[in-house]
Amino acid sequence: MKQSLIPLESLLEAPKKDAPDLQAIREKLASGRGPAFWRTLDEAAETKELQEYVEQEFPGLSGQIPQGVDRRSLLKVMAASLAMAGAAACTKLPKETIVPYVRQPENLIPGLPLFYATAMTSGGYARGVLVESHLNRPTKVEGNPDHPASLGSTTIFEQASVLNLYDPDRSETALHEGEISNWATFTGAFSTEAQDIAARKGEGLAILTGQTTSPTLIYQMTTLQSQYPGAKWYIHEPGVNPAISGAAKKIAGKNAFVAYDFSQADVVVSLDSDFLNNGPAALAYARQFSKKRSVDNGNTPVRLYAIESTPTVSGSIADHRFPVKSSAIPSIAYQLAKACGVNAPDSGAASPVWLNAVAQDLQNSKGQCIVVAGEYQPESVHLAAWAINSALGNVGKTVRLLEGVEADNTHGIEELTGDLNAGKVEVLVILDSNPVYSAPGALNFVSAIRKARLVVRLGQFFDETSRYSHWHVPAAHSLETWSDARAFDGTTTIIQPLIAPLYENKSAHELLSILMAKPDQSAHDIVKGYWQSQLKGGDFDTIWKTSLHDGWIAGKTVNTINAGGTVALPNLQPAIADLEVVFRPDPTIGDGSWANNGWLQELPKPQSKMTWDNTVAISPKDAQRMNVTIGDMLKVIVNGQSATGPAWILPGHAENSVTVYLGYGRTASGKVGTGIGYDAYPIQQVNTPWNAPGTISKTGEHYRLANVQETQTMAGREPVRATDLVEYRKTPNFPTAEEPPLDKATTLYPPWPYEGYKWGMTIDLNVCTGCSACIIACQAENNIAVVGKDQVARGRHMHWIRVDRYYAGNDIDNPEIYNQPVPCMHCEDAPCEVVCPVAATVHSNEGLNEMVYNRCVGTRYCSNNCPYKVRRFNFYLYSDWNTESLRGMRNPDVTVRSRGVMEKCSYCIQRIQESKIQTEKEGRSIRDGEVVTACQQVCPTQAITFGNLNDKGSAVARKQALPRNYGLLDDLNTRPRTTYLGFVRNSNEALSGSTRKS
Amino acid sequence: MALPENPNLIELPEIPDPGPDEILGPGHNYATVTDRIAGVVFSPWSRWPGKWWIGAIIAFGFVNLLMLAMYVLFFRGIGVWGVNIPIGWGFAIINFVWWIGIGHAGTLISAILFLLRQDWRTSINRFSEAMTLFAVACAGMFPILHLGRPWLAYWLFPYPNSMWLWPQPRSPLEWDVFAVSTYGTVSLVFWYIGLIPDLASLRDTAPHPWQQKIYGILSLGWRGSAVHWSRYQKAYLLLAGLSTPLVLSVHTIVSFDFAISIIPGWHTTIFPPYFVAGAIYSGFAMVLTLIIPLRSWYNMRDLITLRHIDAASKFMLGTGLIVAYGYAMEAFFAWYSGDKYESFMYWNRMTGPYAVTYWLLILCNITLPQALWSRRVRHNIGLVWVISLIVNVGMWLERFEIVVTSLTRDFVPSSWGTYIPTKWDWATYTGTLGFFMLLIFLFVRMLPSISIFEVREVVHHQSHPKATLAEKQR
Repeated sequence: MKQSLIPLESLLEAPKKDAPDLQAIREKLASGRGPAFWRTLDEAAETKELQEYVEQEFPGLSGQIPQGVDRRSLLKVMAASLAMAGAAACTKLPKETIVPYVRQPENLIPGLPLFYATAMTSGGYARGVLVESHLNRPTKVEGNPDHPASLGSTTIFEQASVLNLYDPDRSETALHEGEISNWATFTGAFSTEAQDIAARKGEGLAILTGQTTSPTLIYQMTTLQSQYPGAKWYIHEPGVNPAISGAAKKIAGKNAFVAYDFSQADVVVSLDSDFLNNGPAALAYARQFSKKRSVDNGNTPVRLYAIESTPTVSGSIADHRFPVKSSAIPSIAYQLAKACGVNAPDSGAASPVWLNAVAQDLQNSKGQCIVVAGEYQPESVHLAAWAINSALGNVGKTVRLLEGVEADNTHGIEELTGDLNAGKVEVLVILDSNPVYSAPGALNFVSAIRKARLVVRLGQFFDETSRYSHWHVPAAHSLETWSDARAFDGTTTIIQPLIAPLYENKSAHELLSILMAKPDQSAHDIVKGYWQSQLKGGDFDTIWKTSLHDGWIAGKTVNTINAGGTVALPNLQPAIADLEVVFRPDPTIGDGSWANNGWLQELPKPQSKMTWDNTVAISPKDAQRMNVTIGDMLKVIVNGQSATGPAWILPGHAENSVTVYLGYGRTASGKVGTGIGYDAYPIQQVNTPWNAPGTISKTGEHYRLANVQETQTMAGREPVRATDLVEYRKTPNFPTAEEPPLDKATTLYPPWPYEGYKWGMTIDLNVCTGCSACIIACQAENNIAVVGKDQVARGRHMHWIRVDRYYAGNDIDNPEIYNQPVPCMHCEDAPCEVVCPVAATVHSNEGLNEMVYNRCVGTRYCSNNCPYKVRRFNFYLYSDWNTESLRGMRNPDVTVRSRGVMEKCSYCIQRIQESKIQTEKEGRSIRDGEVVTACQQVCPTQAITFGNLNDKGSAVARKQALPRNYGLLDDLNTRPRTTYLGFVRNSNEALSGSTRKS
Repeated sequence: MALPENPNLIELPEIPDPGPDEILGPGHNYATVTDRIAGVVFSPWSRWPGKWWIGAIIAFGFVNLLMLAMYVLFFRGIGVWGVNIPIGWGFAIINFVWWIGIGHAGTLISAILFLLRQDWRTSINRFSEAMTLFAVACAGMFPILHLGRPWLAYWLFPYPNSMWLWPQPRSPLEWDVFAVSTYGTVSLVFWYIGLIPDLASLRDTAPHPWQQKIYGILSLGWRGSAVHWSRYQKAYLLLAGLSTPLVLSVHTIVSFDFAISIIPGWHTTIFPPYFVAGAIYSGFAMVLTLIIPLRSWYNMRDLITLRHIDAASKFMLGTGLIVAYGYAMEAFFAWYSGDKYESFMYWNRMTGPYAVTYWLLILCNITLPQALWSRRVRHNIGLVWVISLIVNVGMWLERFEIVVTSLTRDFVPSSWGTYIPTKWDWATYTGTLGFFMLLIFLFVRMLPSISIFEVREVVHHQSHPKATLAEKQR
């Protein structure tokens, strides 16, 4: 055990006495039982040896100190402490002279946030963001409306990245073989190494990165490889399927990207794709798709067929969803291709009954349909999808082939493992990637990495890979350093820092620069220098400043490739006959790199509504057959390797198939992410990483899962009201047709006249995908605390907006799935207000139901009396008031709540107030769209609308006037201000046998 | 058989129960009554029954548990309990309502039965009033303990402050503050006024000077003059009149905590009468639970006779039937209203995850107490005692059913939850039981647990059968 944790031979050989039991120390410290401050591992272990050593070195000392202190010693110690306190307080400051503001910097007004445009990457691709900065502290990430891969929205990951920046577990200094070192020492040592490498022309140098589109990094790597022809560049991106770019390359003959345009599509067939939530263009797709799905303007909305194994976010709003084993998707793709007139090899399997109807629907919408290939499907599916799209005349209309922006001419992790094992790699530089954890288990990367003489790791955390590295260098967060990245369509963004690195953090550019004998170059110089060489013609300073300001460099989008020839479809392997094991990145913590992020850990997984764990998702039929209940431990065996995790029965999951989620079971992620869940990488295969034949068996143990939604169905009530398109056309007011809402005059009192603003919100259930970005955005905006698994399991999670997921219909194996975001309803007749004995929750003259934290005594009656149960209570001191680094993260406009008070959605009152102050200064009223709540702003499908109901022209007032508008539980006469727009399903009548009707 | 004067109580032979028609055993005169009752207070420590010591020490142990539970609660927060969202109220409110309910018997016996001239109340009213006070003390703890920020509990009182903030008068919790504090105050005053003549008797019979001094101070200079008695009777009558509406109002207002809300299972108009009946039901059950051992331990079978037990049993039977009617009406209206939430709520009570508690409650509160229709059961002391215990449990379950089961599944299915009490919930509950019992134990040792002067009135009344006490007062 000890040896596998610290592989560094020097460390293992050096100690003559018994080496401290590192695992014991680790557990001791993690449990909080160990000493709060410790200098050596021995001290942390509180070993006898140490006490003996102290006794030998300082006779009398070890006995003296615990027996109390005399007055003189006390004064001495106090004087020293005071001096040390002063010294300690100064350690973070530079030695240069400090000059106070004589003139305040332009634009910096304390109390007013500034927004900077930058980008964050996911799988290497950029998503443009605007980051809110309060006095130079980034606090909140928003999408950049001008950026094509964001359009103003973000995914959960961009929202949660702020927490990573301030994560107290981040690595702070360089470490050399486990000993604290610093950047200067590292630079010195690595420069020497670089000279050797230069002398060898790069022979034996391997550089491993994640997927990247950064022009500067690609340029640096190209330069490096031209200087050192022996150096090799490897890429490991565990959550991304290389078949996507592989297939695009086959179609285009070069690096390419298949992009879709859902704004023109009438019929969409997803072949195991989560296109609304996954991939470089997901946010753009979500926006296009939701617009096309609108039913209110009389248009026929897009019809989505989802053919998938594991229910996804996109599948949950499909009009028809067909659960099919992941390994059977290729043959279905081929059958579909054949039915659409493509010359595809015979798949050898029988076609499902619905296939012809789907193909017919596609044929009927030639040029206006899309077949989307799944992110985790092999090349054959991507090629087949392209062939179908070509055959149906979609290419050039709804489907485009774009020039690729990914790094080219790189090698995979399999090759790196081979080279390491072959002894070809002497120096391995790992930039950000964490292969020791995330390489497929079949590769046995752990034994390979030991073969390198020198491993240098740049990483934000001292994680699994860092443990196997000789040098660990703390990496800068993307909000701390300069870089650049491109979106799927080539849009290029300069990543600019909002804050100086909190610790001695460095970027990949700086590390590579050492290799190229320029150790003093800063990231800023490298990035700016590169672009200076690229952006010729015109005033560079102006272009640079404009690009930084806008968040993208003008004129950098890529061209469309006119792909002419057809692509031959390869012959298929038959689908896995028995049980298949499907591998997917976890819906909230991705490939594991987000494991230490408490917000994402506590975010309910979109389908299971489960937190803090990964599960083995199993279909109801398989569960019944194996007599499995939720939480039963299942042992999943693939190719002789096994992983054991708790079962989750997932209605809608394909039969004879289980899904395991990657990203959990981290052993060195930090205080939050270490040791939770099970690790599925060890059973991942190299050639078929996304599904493989396997077996499952019950271990007989049971595991406690923390789920935020116990009841999965609507229990005969209708919180979500849904209908079919045909029915909708007959009764557009279907949500309220049977039971009209109570007359507003059903009260003895005259209505309150709202003279100024009257805020309201509408949520369009027809486009909500349940992606849960709103939950994280709300958490970041409103300083919402993380409570941990145990408290979630006790029903005490704190999210102000939740996304309820209901199953409906008669078929448990393929139910209708509905998502319903529920924030506070801000009822006109709020039941919570009347029952508070201290008037801590009151109605404002703008209709808001306000919560006064410092007046709250915590009777919890308001929550009991809230029919929507949107109120959250601080049963303990959930907010972390002590961790220094987290203080910088908090939104200064929102109170950090203490123990014993109630809290809930405020409609982002701080944003309303900010706009009111601004507009009052300007002597006008707030315009529609000027106040945007955090959940509304982030929503990729723009399902949430907020505004002034008194303004009849406002978007929210218009939506609330729509016939499919209804209030949740409006029969209680609470008169909610948050209303919903009913769900309309555009079913295909030809499939009425399997049509879902409500 | 004339009883010896100034007996040593502990060594008295078993005194038989005079039977269901007598409220006092034969052979008593004024002096024997005083000696018998005061003798309990003044018997030397060494003669205190071993059962007293064992009981008091156990109760004291639970008081310490209560202290520990409160420390943990204040130090860590309300999260140590099993409450959550959606079940914002748990054991604390269940216990609050339960204790307040128990506290109803005392005032009912003292005030209403006094006004109705029920002479059998005399030998149990003092004890029941004390029980009321102690139960209210236990009940009063919970609303404070259950706050998220208990140190701010005083914000519920309307005190002048620089913030110009007042409590919110529409909240039933605010009404509770006044109802419970008024009830507690009036009960205390009523009890104390009733004690004054007896405290004077104790002063006069106390064997030690320090006891004489203490009882002397407490008796507020009572000399027993005719003027004293005349004023005393008026004051007592006035207080009885004042207390009477309180018996009805307190639990009515406590029931408003639920009835005012909109939660199915809470929002019910039948709650006020049904809560009051339930309170008296549980109050009488607790009186029986306590006086049956008391009269046996202290040989007071001739003072607390089968007549008392019979009357209290009948009260239990009657109020239990009102409670049963309440349950029936709840179920009926759940069906008759056609309200989907209401009918689901009742169905969920009967068949949901907490169905066991529902059927246990029906068993304890409705089915088993029907045995009290039988005179033979009512006159079987042991059986009555067991039934009284069962009713106590049943009434606690009723509050569990109302508070918890209603909250677990209300309107939006996604937010349904489960409530599991923690060890600290149980520690707090059993701790207050210990606190209550310890106070009872101390009370029987330090104060006359039966009203001396009122029993002497009964003696007087029995020796002059034609002029009843009531007639004289008229």
